[in-house]
Amino acid sequence: MPEFVQFLISGLTVGAVYALVALGFTLVYNASDVVNFAQGEFVMLGGMVTVFLTAAGVPLPLAAVLAVCVSVIVGLLLYWLAIEPARDASPVTLIIITIGASILLRGAAQILFDKQFHKLPSISGDTPVHLLGATVQPQSFWVLGGTAAIVILLYVFLERTVIGKAVLATAANRLAARLVGINTATVMALAFGGSAAIGAIAGILITPITLTSYDVGTMLALKGFAAAMLGGMGNPIGAVAGGLLLGLLEAFGVGYISSTYKDAFAFIVILLVLFAMPQGLFGRRTVERV
Amino acid sequence: MLQKIGHRYLTLIVLAAIVAVLPAIFPSSYYFRVASLVWVSALAAIGLNVLMGQAGFFGIGAYAVAIGPAHFGIPPWAALLIGCVISGVLAYLVGRPILRLKGHYLAIATLGLGVLVALVLTTESRWTGGPDGMPVAKLVLFGWRVSGSDTWYWITGGLLVLGTWLALNLNDTPTGRAFRALHDSEVAARVAGIDVARFKLQAFVIAAVYASVAGSALALMNGFINPDQAGFLHSVELVTMVVLGGLGSVVGSIVGAAVLITLPQVLTVFQEYEHLLLGFIIIVSMIFMRDGIVPTLSRALARRTQS
Repeated sequence: MPEFVQFLISGLTVGAVYALVALGFTLVYNASDVVNFAQGEFVMLGGMVTVFLTAAGVPLPLAAVLAVCVSVIVGLLLYWLAIEPARDASPVTLIIITIGASILLRGAAQILFDKQFHKLPSISGDTPVHLLGATVQPQSFWVLGGTAAIVILLYVFLERTVIGKAVLATAANRLAARLVGINTATVMALAFGGSAAIGAIAGILITPITLTSYDVGTMLALKGFAAAMLGGMGNPIGAVAGGLLLGLLEAFGVGYISSTYKDAFAFIVILLVLFAMPQGLFGRRTVERV
Repeated sequence: MLQKIGHRYLTLIVLAAIVAVLPAIFPSSYYFRVASLVWVSALAAIGLNVLMGQAGFFGIGAYAVAIGPAHFGIPPWAALLIGCVISGVLAYLVGRPILRLKGHYLAIATLGLGVLVALVLTTESRWTGGPDGMPVAKLVLFGWRVSGSDTWYWITGGLLVLGTWLALNLNDTPTGRAFRALHDSEVAARVAGIDVARFKLQAFVIAAVYASVAGSALALMNGFINPDQAGFLHSVELVTMVVLGGLGSVVGSIVGAAVLITLPQVLTVFQEYEHLLLGFIIIVSMIFMRDGIVPTLSRALARRTQS
């Protein structure tokens, strides 16, 4: 039982980060049909900028806020300088552009920061908490709580504000949204900025546990994309569920079966799920118009 | 414009001529090596058609020629063929369920397959040497030990010409026409009576075998192999080559491979700015040549000749 709780919590903690990356994918995908493979780099930026600002003497809370701002600016620049000019290109061209952007950001991080692994201090110290026999780092609660807060805020924003409804309308039908007077370009910029902020927060929260370096973004992008697929692309609830499920699969796979094949369990399950449900767990069945 | 048939052989002749003439201007063996890498990557990329995860099959081919001779005493050329068979059979078995998926779901499924292959190669260190990789025995053909970067230049160049010739020939068979119909519109192809599932599976298996041969060639050429060759980043690199060069054209794959292999070699003079510049160049060329280098240039050329 203590073992089970241990794996459960570590799985949910890692899964929460996958969920946030997947949520970022979903936000951008819904607004613009772009699969943004630079999504993982926002997580890297959040962690790395905070690390280097605190090292320069900036207090942690301020450093964290500044790191989120830096990521949002990078996200907006990515949209305005790289995605917007190629607006009417095919989806695969846009994907390659975001892959180029992720190589560029990794290259920039390598120069501006360094190639070392870095750690941030935990928000509430490192004294482990005992929960149902399991030893839990207090930072795990910050990760889980932060993820829950982001999901709730995003939900309220989308459902209760006019701008949020404009985002949903754009996601549902871009042409129709433009016809009723929604500035879809602003909505897309908002989606890129928002997904960058979500990624950066995920990076800041998880760095005390998993450490960060200039190249953590690649694997996170792959996992986040896989989580979004598992849940069903374009569905925010699916993204969160897919992320948490992916984290749990990894944790239980490592705990009960073998640690060497950590990534294998996740991908085998994803393949099996997609064989049975080609649209993911929560995906809508789409009817293709010819 | 030239007739379609003439165009087909023109591509092949130009390619063969380029392979034959390039050595004349190569100042050192380093150039032979880089060019060989281009030929190998192009060969792996030819079969690629948006399906990602190709590096998995590349890795199978590469490790076949490493493990076969080292652990089972199989001659390298036979190990290469065994690699092709394993890749082809694996593609056939997983192709059926995977190819039912569409778009991004298909991409993540094939990527996942590649990641699984890379994981097995990294983990089973008893056979593969683990993350550090393993040495590959020299290729011996009829008592002749194949080595030297210029020798490998001719072998890989020959393989690419052969692979291109087969691919172009395939274009003119009913199978090739079915492939192109699928590429243009799956629904229209189905309406025209094409067994979509069967031809997709065939294309998938052929692409896997191409990647496998390319992997074997690279492993034998380098005399060393590690799991990165089967990894996620290598899959992404191969897809980037195809899209950068121009999707759906053999020439596009070769041009894309040439650009993406030589560019980092050139950019090493910028040292730490290498990746920054590589990313920047990819973004800018995709913005200004969104259909890829070859289609964009040939359209510009056609407009020139018309006016």
